Amino acid sequence: MAMTDLARPDLSAFLRKEEGGSSRLELLVKGARCAGCMAKIEKGVGALPGVALARLNLTSGKLAVTFNGPADPARVIETLDGLGYPATPYDPNEAKQAHDAEGRRLVMALGVAAFGAGNVMMFSVPVWAGLFGQELGPATRELMYWLSALIATPCALYAGMPFFESAWRSLRRGKANMDVPISIGVILTLIVSFSETMLGGPHAYFDAAVSLLFLLLIGRYLDHTLRAKARSAARDLLALQAPVAARLDEQGHEGFIPVNAVAVGDLLAVAPGERVPVDGRVVQGASSLDNALITGESAPLAVSVGQACSAGALNLGGRLVIRASARSEDSAVAAIARLMEAGAQTKSAYVRLADKAAGIYVPVVHTLAAATFIIGWSLGLSFREAVLRAAALLIITCPCALGLAVPAVQITASGRLFRKGVLVKSGAALERLAEVDHVVFDKTGVLTEGRPRLIGAAPWTVAMVAPLARASRHPLARAVAEAAGPGVVATDTHEVAGQGIEGVIDGRKAKLGRATFVGAPDTGAETELWFAFEGEAKVRLRFSDQIRADAAQAIGALKARGLTVEILSGDLTGPVEQAAHVVGIDDWRACLTPFDKVEAIEMLKAAGRKVLMVGDGLNDAAALAKAHAAMAPGSALDASQNAADLVFSGTELAAVPLAIDVARKARKRAMENFSMSALYNVVAAPAAMFGLVNPFIAAIAMSVSSLVVTLNALRMNWAGGRR
Amino acid sequence: MNVIFFLLPFSLLLALLGLWGFRWTLKHGQYEDPQGDAARILYDHLDEGPEG
Repeated sequence: MAMTDLARPDLSAFLRKEEGGSSRLELLVKGARCAGCMAKIEKGVGALPGVALARLNLTSGKLAVTFNGPADPARVIETLDGLGYPATPYDPNEAKQAHDAEGRRLVMALGVAAFGAGNVMMFSVPVWAGLFGQELGPATRELMYWLSALIATPCALYAGMPFFESAWRSLRRGKANMDVPISIGVILTLIVSFSETMLGGPHAYFDAAVSLLFLLLIGRYLDHTLRAKARSAARDLLALQAPVAARLDEQGHEGFIPVNAVAVGDLLAVAPGERVPVDGRVVQGASSLDNALITGESAPLAVSVGQACSAGALNLGGRLVIRASARSEDSAVAAIARLMEAGAQTKSAYVRLADKAAGIYVPVVHTLAAATFIIGWSLGLSFREAVLRAAALLIITCPCALGLAVPAVQITASGRLFRKGVLVKSGAALERLAEVDHVVFDKTGVLTEGRPRLIGAAPWTVAMVAPLARASRHPLARAVAEAAGPGVVATDTHEVAGQGIEGVIDGRKAKLGRATFVGAPDTGAETELWFAFEGEAKVRLRFSDQIRADAAQAIGALKARGLTVEILSGDLTGPVEQAAHVVGIDDWRACLTPFDKVEAIEMLKAAGRKVLMVGDGLNDAAALAKAHAAMAPGSALDASQNAADLVFSGTELAAVPLAIDVARKARKRAMENFSMSALYNVVAAPAAMFGLVNPFIAAIAMSVSSLVVTLNALRMNWAGGRR
Repeated sequence: MNVIFFLLPFSLLLALLGLWGFRWTLKHGQYEDPQGDAARILYDHLDEGPEG
């Protein structure tokens, strides 16, 4: 987080009070990767006064600091900065949400199912042996079954809860998801096994019920891990962006508070290089604002006292003080958020592959089971035998492999993308991405880098200006400093808010800033800086938002895959046309409002196209939500990242064709898995109908089909090579 | 054969002990930071056991 050079900020809003007078602070630490980093961080922070315990979670990159005395969070952040690890405080409410209760419950259910499945085997193996002519009296067999029931029933009821609950929820909405046949299968298996055991029958399936749940829970846990990992990674990205607002109290001291704690009427300071936290009106200072994320316009806008500014605008000039005119939830973001909600609803109507499969599976198998019972009974089988055959059919076709087929593929696919810096938010996102046939790009921040770069300056000019530029926090000056690399810094510098910076280089006074500040003729352009030594010629530096280095290549790759590409931008015609020409896109539209973009997406949708929207700004958020699939760069505004299905964190646009490739491959693998399960059922179902299935065959068939499906999913990794 | 009436409950008891142990590790957050725990063992001063 950027620290201002004013008084040390007050971060006490980020402390969570705990019983016994201690307090706790959670921070997201960047760059801690190894054991050495962990030792350095824990030692450094732990030695601070008032710190009772500092503990870094290396897996999630979160540092928890417990204070037993007066807490000084800013000191912790300074210490971490000094060690070379920039840190951001976590909103205590967010930190609490991050606690993964559902994951723990699934792991516990998995543990119970594993216990049940393992121990039931103790009694099943003797029974199976008895099936092959070994000596096993009916009394012993019955004892084994009763003991199996004793273990399997409580385990199955506990481990099955996640499925039963989900099935019940879906049934109450009048739908049948995958969990309905699973629940029916498990419960029916238990009931039939009990009645068979009581009647002294030869076939009970207690072991099948628990091992089925064990295998299914693996799939369920994988699916959950995928979503939880993506959620927490997305939260981390957002925490790094603009989690805090600098509020001024009556004495004018800055205190940092979470953005969602800002009230209407609060005075907020916005330092150069930071984003405006909420909608407001400028009460002090003058500057220029970059609205690229909100409107898509690349040219900055000058603001002064009395003018309105909207949340998300980047402060390019001097320090501004604004009076908040809306809370975070009610800011300009909100109007677009409502549009996004409408879009998200259309997305939730998307039926996932597994549920589509369940839609075919449920009626077919349940009809077959009913037919087995009715036909068998009318053809002279006993009532008991007919019920048993129908139940065996349900058990052996129970969608064990189907339950694993999709999650196993998606977890390997998203793991592969994650290593390449692409974050997948859900399995459904991958499925939708695989169907895409048209890609819509935003220009600013997507095709371009979204930040100014120095253009057309001679190296000696850059070297001359650099010492002064290094002393400034202004984004344009930073771009100069970046072009020059590290070096000497000017002395006696003085920054004039919204104007420029002056200082001494090698004993000569120099100025860098707006044309009027340096004394050059005012051109009114916002994307240029002027520089001059006192009394010497003025030098003009021009900046532009550069096209990403691999943009043309990535667009070419998309076209080669048969996708059509288009630009929808909120920027002016000139820059858009130029960008379109450079990257090789013939189809482009400029000067669009957020609503125009949504409309354009809807038109494409109505024409039957499956659209992938790639955008970063607030003006794209609604279109992102409306599109069939959506991607956003990691530099995007939080609203857009929330609306997107995938977030790519690198600087390369190659992430887009890569993600599409992986998604398509994942879809292919999932389909293969479905056909394998179908094939298996085509063999297994008749066997059950003709009464050829016994508990041993059921157990073998179930584990083999699950194993085959999982191995096929892992092929995703082998084919692409690791890393 | 009668030994089975002793062995069966005994083996179940052992397995239940394992399940209880698993639950204990889960409740005490031993799966929260696999990478960190793997590294922590290398340093004496970090060896304070998992966070409760």
